Amino acid sequence: MNSMDDSDVQVINVSRRAFLGAISAVGLVLVVGCSRRDTASADPPKYGADSMPHGWVDNPLAFVAIAADGTVTVVCHRSEMGQGVRTSLPMVVADELEADWRRVQVQQAPGDEQRFGNQDTDGSRSVRHFFAPMRRCGAAARTMLEQAAAAHWGVPSGEVTAVNHEVVHGPTNRRIGYGELAVAASHLKVPAGDTLRLKAPSQFRYIGKGEVRLVDGPDIVAGRGMYGIDTVLDDMLFAVVARPPVYGGKVGSYDAAAALKVPGVVKVVEIPGTPPPSEFQPLGGVAVIARNTWAAIQGRQALKITWQDGPNVVYDSKAYRATLEQAARTPGEVVRNQGDVPAAMARAARRIEAEYYIPHMAQTPMEPPAATARIVDGLCVIWTATQAPQATRDRVSKRLAMPSENVTVNVTLLGGGFGRKSKPDYVVEAALLSREMKGVPVKVTWTREDDVQHGYYHTVSVEHLEAGLDAAGKPVAWLHRSVAPSIRSIFGPDPRHEAPFERGMGLVNVPFGIANLRVENPAAEAHTRIGWYRSVSNIPHAFAIQSFVAELAAAAGRDPKDYLLELIGPAQRVDPRTMGDSWNYTESPERYPFDTGRLRRVIETVSREAGWGRKLPPGQGLGIAAHYSFVTYVAAVVQVAVSGKGELTIPRIDVALDCGPQVNPERVRTQIEGACVMGVSNALASEITFKAGRVEQSNFNDYQVARIDAAPREIRVHLIASDFDVPLGGVGEPGVPPIAPALCNAIFAATGKRIRQLPIRDQLAAHGSQPAANG
Amino acid sequence: MKVTLTVNGRAADLDVDDPDMPLLYALRDGLALRGPRFGCGLAQCGACTVHVDGKAVRSCVYPLRSVGKGKVTTLEGLGTSAHPHPLQQAFIDEQAVQCGYCINGMIMQAKALLDSTPHPTEGEIKDALARNLCRCGTHLRIVRAVKRAARVA
Repeated sequence: MNSMDDSDVQVINVSRRAFLGAISAVGLVLVVGCSRRDTASADPPKYGADSMPHGWVDNPLAFVAIAADGTVTVVCHRSEMGQGVRTSLPMVVADELEADWRRVQVQQAPGDEQRFGNQDTDGSRSVRHFFAPMRRCGAAARTMLEQAAAAHWGVPSGEVTAVNHEVVHGPTNRRIGYGELAVAASHLKVPAGDTLRLKAPSQFRYIGKGEVRLVDGPDIVAGRGMYGIDTVLDDMLFAVVARPPVYGGKVGSYDAAAALKVPGVVKVVEIPGTPPPSEFQPLGGVAVIARNTWAAIQGRQALKITWQDGPNVVYDSKAYRATLEQAARTPGEVVRNQGDVPAAMARAARRIEAEYYIPHMAQTPMEPPAATARIVDGLCVIWTATQAPQATRDRVSKRLAMPSENVTVNVTLLGGGFGRKSKPDYVVEAALLSREMKGVPVKVTWTREDDVQHGYYHTVSVEHLEAGLDAAGKPVAWLHRSVAPSIRSIFGPDPRHEAPFERGMGLVNVPFGIANLRVENPAAEAHTRIGWYRSVSNIPHAFAIQSFVAELAAAAGRDPKDYLLELIGPAQRVDPRTMGDSWNYTESPERYPFDTGRLRRVIETVSREAGWGRKLPPGQGLGIAAHYSFVTYVAAVVQVAVSGKGELTIPRIDVALDCGPQVNPERVRTQIEGACVMGVSNALASEITFKAGRVEQSNFNDYQVARIDAAPREIRVHLIASDFDVPLGGVGEPGVPPIAPALCNAIFAATGKRIRQLPIRDQLAAHGSQPAANG
Repeated sequence: MKVTLTVNGRAADLDVDDPDMPLLYALRDGLALRGPRFGCGLAQCGACTVHVDGKAVRSCVYPLRSVGKGKVTTLEGLGTSAHPHPLQQAFIDEQAVQCGYCINGMIMQAKALLDSTPHPTEGEIKDALARNLCRCGTHLRIVRAVKRAARVA
């Protein structure tokens, strides 16, 4: 291996070292964290971070190290995938620690939830669940430094205060730096969490300010960022895998002769798959191991493989859609029921019915899945981009039949995740191949074709809605049937019904004051791997419901914004359980009720800021949608322009968001900006289809995502100010769901054309621009 | 076979099995560079963009044999984390990075634009970047960063 730059080698060496070894080079000596919460005991119910595997840890000995020169190292235990968590959480620690941010560096934790608490970087949870523990962590370290300074001077600890990286003795104005105190402080007892003096929000130095820049920015723009695909080790080998094209299929026979003749190919080996439900285990197939990635790819092309497809060969998206539609037109499992919907429907002055279709999508993070594994002396070391470091460690250890403590998972930067990298099948592949090569480091790279064709796809759904309106156009009955294969199908026998967590994503918890309301979930069978995709089931549920509300408004001849607010009714705090939602994003129903007042406020804010009702040129329109997800309230107004040829542009999107207090407002803004573009991608272009069990798309040429010309020309994010005593909401995902329905509502306003099927693609081509009857 | 590449002003010798191997694999697997990134392998996303004799090319489909004596410049050749090129600095100043994986392509493509058109319009910037994908959706900040770089240049 020929390295262009010595620092390449150094980076690898750092990550090669055991974590404690790396940290013990600095002053505040760390021991293994010991304040792990026992999350196993059953009562009382646990919520939030307490409810997650391994809960949370707020022990500064696990998260903070201070070197003799005063350099503070803060450990980030959550994965960085563009949301800025390696900046935001260490910034919280630094603030309570009274550290000077310029003297703080961030170190990424390996997968070890016993030491660091839960590391599953998903569900828009990182800041929401770890803001409080990280504050305590910083405050405890600050207290230890203050106590060490007081002891050093022989004064009461009440007379000393930590200020900007040093401790000051008020009466004498003596000062001593953190670096000088670190060793003494490290010998003190960690103060109990309930004795800590936390800052008042007015004392925050960084929290809530949005002035701290991304810690990884300078490295990334200079090509120094380390992603999972970047690992380079001495004598490493490079692999790609030919996987069964049909989920549950396997290798019948294969001929590797031609592949082995490709220069650079070292070995061809079969990986046994796991029959469905295959959870996070590899699909199996034939791996080509080579001296570089290109040779591996060429070798794979030369393989001759006969596949045994198995039962999912029947999967055909066209036929499956018809199956879903049939199910959606037939009564199914009742998941919420109030009043008497059939009777109210029968009495209604008008009945409106609509059906929406939202296809499979693939996360396609710009960095495809990739992992490197090495096994030496019974120890397996992994370098990978993963959203789930502990799950990765567990799966690798299980598959290699190796104790978990013998597996180290080093977490790199993620070149995007969006849920794909919560499933470590690609990492297990690397571990198996390294074992096959007697422990030599092997990097498995997924090509884009692999990523598009062998993913864990966003579900596909038909959403069937019916409403009965009274003479004034107000709904007196609401029926929603949602039919979609469930993510649970990858974990066990296919339940054929949406899980509580999927139903809780905007299906049952509709906040409308309609006396007769019924939600049903007819059965749907999974034929591929279904997985989390940013915002998950909120995407179809919000698309259908927020489109349907606008359709009802149009039928009633009403302004869609006013109609939506009327449906929501007066501000009230609703217990989610009364809406059939027992999940509530794992948060306490008391601390996190569904607050319709906050939903109203984001709608009112975004309407005002977007100039709702303003006069637009012909062919342009505004659309509105609002959705509550990840315990955050979001409303969006999208402005579209549709040309006579049906070409769509998006001059502007306004989004109002209430996620409670914003710990890092700049990152909140960027997440919402990104959510707008992803929402536009979902709406305009992205679709995965199956034929004969095989994905029909292969790369970015036929799996489309929004490019710069399709992106909104302007995005305005309006953050609702909030006190820090309000519980935090999620940020990464809640921006996405309202975008597609607001966009389609805008298209209706601009053209009178109602879109009920995503992606929009060329549905406007035949239409062109006509003045809308309404809106 | 032995191939000598000139990358960022330095000569590097490589053992190559296949002269048709695209440049990207030589830069990444052979020279352990990580500015140029694998995104699609099909010239669809732009993450792999490098310059050959000042021209932006998609290194994932650019055969090694076509490089010849051409001078290859990668993101690493522009500036460093400590001393970024003004275009790199503009991306920092606009906080245009989310996951950062597309940023190599955005900067290298924008660099080629600014080299030929020092003061582009917004339309020209978008046209130049139209074939570069970003999945995080930081497009508007990327455009702002290029505009800023053009302003300070």
